[in-house]
Amino acid sequence: MVDQGCFEISRLSIRLGLGKQAFTAVENVSFSNQPGEFICILGPSGCGKSTLLSTMAGHVASSQGAIKLDGQLITKPNADIGLVFQQHSLFPWQRVIDNVAFGLKMRGINKSERHRQAREMLELVGLSGFEQHYPAQLSGGMQQRVEIARVLINTPKVILMDEPFGALDAQTRLSMQQFLLSVWEGIKTSVIFITHDIEEALFLADRLLIMSQRPGRFIEEIPLDFARPRTTELLATPRFVQLKQHCLTVLQSQNHL
Amino acid sequence: MKRIALRFLSLLICLLLWHLASSNQVDLGFVSFKQLPSPEQVSSEALDLIHSKKFLAHLNASILRVLSGFCLATVVGISLGLSIGRFAWASNFLLPPLEMLRPIPAVAWIPLAILMFPSSEVSMIFITFIGALFPILLNTIHGVEAIDQRLIAAARSLGCKRGTLFYEIIIPAAASNIFTGLAIGMGTAWFCLVSAEMIAGQFGLGYYTWSSYTIQNYPAIVVGMLLIGLLGMASSLLIRYVARLVMPWQTLVVKRNG
Repeated sequence: MVDQGCFEISRLSIRLGLGKQAFTAVENVSFSNQPGEFICILGPSGCGKSTLLSTMAGHVASSQGAIKLDGQLITKPNADIGLVFQQHSLFPWQRVIDNVAFGLKMRGINKSERHRQAREMLELVGLSGFEQHYPAQLSGGMQQRVEIARVLINTPKVILMDEPFGALDAQTRLSMQQFLLSVWEGIKTSVIFITHDIEEALFLADRLLIMSQRPGRFIEEIPLDFARPRTTELLATPRFVQLKQHCLTVLQSQNHL
Repeated sequence: MKRIALRFLSLLICLLLWHLASSNQVDLGFVSFKQLPSPEQVSSEALDLIHSKKFLAHLNASILRVLSGFCLATVVGISLGLSIGRFAWASNFLLPPLEMLRPIPAVAWIPLAILMFPSSEVSMIFITFIGALFPILLNTIHGVEAIDQRLIAAARSLGCKRGTLFYEIIIPAAASNIFTGLAIGMGTAWFCLVSAEMIAGQFGLGYYTWSSYTIQNYPAIVVGMLLIGLLGMASSLLIRYVARLVMPWQTLVVKRNG
């Protein structure tokens, strides 16, 4: 994974909609990440952060500027860029094991081998024994674990996550955050994680980028050097609480504009 | 058990009402049951028919026509529906003529069909085809258009190429709507076939029913009608059964573990 998964985004603008309804969702955004870095992008709802992520995944075209991953221009989606949505996007007609093995199937790997790898991956995310279930038979937290397993099996260079825990209850969300960190500390793939939850962003990230109201621009960058592995005790430390207050102030200043 | 008992009870009540109406020769003024054959007459007529040589010929003729028309409609309806639902150019190019033909009832095609096709057999299959086509086509289009775009995005981000997308995502995601179309299409196929047979047939249940009327064999009319109902019902059940086999995820008992 070393020296892989580096985005280079320069002066990127994204316009959405047609004709009179067209608007600028993201304006003049530049940033890059280190290999294996965990970046959280924090922003108010509707600020264009999801659009930015879709463009990085190759699903939405940019109108200005360029996105490169490891020097390659991104023009269409590919398996090197893993994507995790807020609501799970598992295929309802496939059993859990086939959902997880989907990426391997697309690479032409035979069934017994891809099922073997999928079982390993399900063990990693703590879902052994659920291979034959359908997604609808799982709880929300389990569905997101399967979704993450399905992306990880492709060994992507970077994982883009669009508020992946936003639809979960508070208790499950916290355990999923810890789960994600434990998995990530094992593989150290670059992660770009979008959220509007300040605490979540501070708890997870190496570096925090705060976005403005639409059209989205980065208005603040905060490096976070809390020791890893991180535990929930971090949430009560004075430094954490102080940063949380700071982020809140920055976001609130946006509301007055 | 209770469910099945209730269903039988409802059928029995219908039979009883029929029996009472015909045996008492009820005449309500706006509708008269004087000419209506009784259940007893009808069942003895049905037994006669089943033992006659013509029974299988009628049955075969109708089933073959329905199957040919329906299968043709399935192939054409699903493939057109998938392209129209997925590609804007296909929708713009193909939809206008189809939208114009759609409101024309299949029965209205009968005269033209007789003129256009070399045999009445082919023209009847064509009528059945027309009847089944539109429900299948429209439900397939709807199924494709209703697909959660995130599923497509997820598949693409997992390395699914555009070509494989149809087989891997579009078809299974639209399957439930496609089967709805097939079930409706099967119903309309029978409906249209019977109308076509009444006009152009030499064998078949629709022909049997209509010719019984012209020779004033009234119990046989009811036998024909009941057979049509029975076969229509059986074919709908068959489609529902196939749907359940093909889409096991649709009939999940959701049991959450943890």
